[in-house]
Amino acid sequence: MEYLIIIISAIFVNNILLSQFLGVCPFLGVSNKLSTAVGMSGAVCFVITLATLVTYMIQNYVLDSCGIGFMQTIAFILVIAALVQMVEIVLKKVSPALYQALGIFLPLITTNCAVLGVALIVVTKEFTFGGEAHMLNLGESVVYAFATSLGFGLAMILFAGLREQLALNSVPKAFKGIPIALVTASILAMAFMGFSGLV
Amino acid sequence: MGKFQLITKGLVKENPTFVLLLGMCPTLATTTSAINGMSMGLATMFVLILSNMAISAIAGLIPDKVRIPAYIVVIATFVTLLQFVMQAYTPAVYETLGLFIPLIVVNCIVLGRAEAFANKNSVIDSACDGIGIGLGFTLSLTVLGLVREILGSGSAFGFKFIPGDGVLCFVLAPGAFLVLGYLIVVFRKLTSKK
Amino acid sequence: MAVKSSFKNMVLCLLVICLVCSALLAGVYALTKAPIDAAAAAKTNNAIAQVVPDFDGEPVMSTVQVAGKDYTYYTVSKGGQVTGYAIQASSSGFGGALNVMVGMTADGEIFNTSVLSHSETPGLGAKCTEPAFADQFKGFNPFQKKLAVKKDGGDVDAITASTITSRAFCVALENAVAAYSEIAGAQVQECCGGCSGEGECCGCCKEEAGDGCCSSEDTCGQCAESAENVIE
Repeated sequence: MEYLIIIISAIFVNNILLSQFLGVCPFLGVSNKLSTAVGMSGAVCFVITLATLVTYMIQNYVLDSCGIGFMQTIAFILVIAALVQMVEIVLKKVSPALYQALGIFLPLITTNCAVLGVALIVVTKEFTFGGEAHMLNLGESVVYAFATSLGFGLAMILFAGLREQLALNSVPKAFKGIPIALVTASILAMAFMGFSGLV
Repeated sequence: MGKFQLITKGLVKENPTFVLLLGMCPTLATTTSAINGMSMGLATMFVLILSNMAISAIAGLIPDKVRIPAYIVVIATFVTLLQFVMQAYTPAVYETLGLFIPLIVVNCIVLGRAEAFANKNSVIDSACDGIGIGLGFTLSLTVLGLVREILGSGSAFGFKFIPGDGVLCFVLAPGAFLVLGYLIVVFRKLTSKK
Repeated sequence: MAVKSSFKNMVLCLLVICLVCSALLAGVYALTKAPIDAAAAAKTNNAIAQVVPDFDGEPVMSTVQVAGKDYTYYTVSKGGQVTGYAIQASSSGFGGALNVMVGMTADGEIFNTSVLSHSETPGLGAKCTEPAFADQFKGFNPFQKKLAVKKDGGDVDAITASTITSRAFCVALENAVAAYSEIAGAQVQECCGGCSGEGECCGCCKEEAGDGCCSSEDTCGQCAESAENVIE
């Protein structure tokens, strides 16, 4: 039950893109076409879940037990950068098909603030799922990370679909490109606000 | 390019928010009021100047293949430094900006300037570039925050001058996207006339 | 101008950078640790000073356990007499945890409240920090009035369009009151002498009074027919 609340909350209520503004760069950058949006979402999903698992363990078993919690930011970003490289290499060897689909997005992910953002949220923020405020445990963290990335994918794919339609319409010259995309995102964010208060 | 030009180009010609469209996450998330936007801009500027200078100083010593990880470590160090200083001396601001202070590490502006400018130019020029881009970023965040604050809560820099609640939507997430979209349009109109 | 990469210089370079950066950070951390701790302590002290009546000396920190949950509280005194308690309580609001410092006077009234941290919606739930909402709790007696929003039959005016936050605020205060009862109950010696009327506070009992006002030993209660008014 608690996992269900985490999942719904992360996908709809606190959507990472539309209510927390993490990972907006790829949201605006690679959402021109539906196919690239799907690829990017897949890659982000993969990396966020894996990165959160690793950074959670690093925070709890390495940094905290050594009393060097202040190295958090620097340690996390290095882990994420290394992880992305590793995923790229492994994927290339193990599944060339998957690499074809996700590979080109992987280098972009290191500087996607959604990845570092989720890793930091999980170890610093108290959650109130199931009444009491508490820190997430390992299982909840991974579920939260996975659900968050699903939310990222959902917003991304919806947005890309909208932009594909938008490309066929004539918009005022000054609005071409990013401005009209931002206005569209605003309306999408309004729609997602309807979920607030759900959990 | 003269030092003065380096500083002013970030304001209009290469404005990071309205022209280059970089660093969108903090731009949208922290501009609920003019003060918040300005604090975020200044925090980013601090990191940008220091990391630009440090990277330009050591760029000649770093092997080409590991330059990105090396830059990231340098940037992350300055961000953590900033975290300490803010926690110690401006705890209230640190709490308001919260997560977005550590996230300066992944702000594309900082790494972007390191890669595009600092590693090919002198320390002084890189510092000027950092000041210029930083000022441009601070200015756009302040303007965005100001517009959202006036529309959303009827105040400017914390001083309330319109009674009542304002249009709440502008303080919330949809307003961030909407105001930024329109501000880019206004910016394009103004600069294209020149 | 960049150096040609070889395995040796790549490893060496990253190693040196990491070492220098870690050393720098450790140094600055050591330098700023004292101011950071001082800032955190100042924040707590400000919150305490805001929510309790005038006091002298240092607030004394202790913890109390209510229903399996630990509450941190600070006892303040003036001239050797305990004048109040500042109790840290929390509940889950609309956007996340809502942490409130609740000041209780020695005779069981809420003196003032101060929100320590929250993640409520700006412009809506975030108004719980504003005087328009928070001031109604000054001098609020939770043993005579009901700590719940009017919609739920209580005596608290909710923030417009933010009932969930208002409810959460009441829950946080209720938790603090429960902690207060635990703290004060352990100290009060006298037993109530029966009820004077419905809704009146009957003080604290040392043992079961059997007159319908106290439910059990060491609890504070209200004189009422309905058991729901008895603070457990």
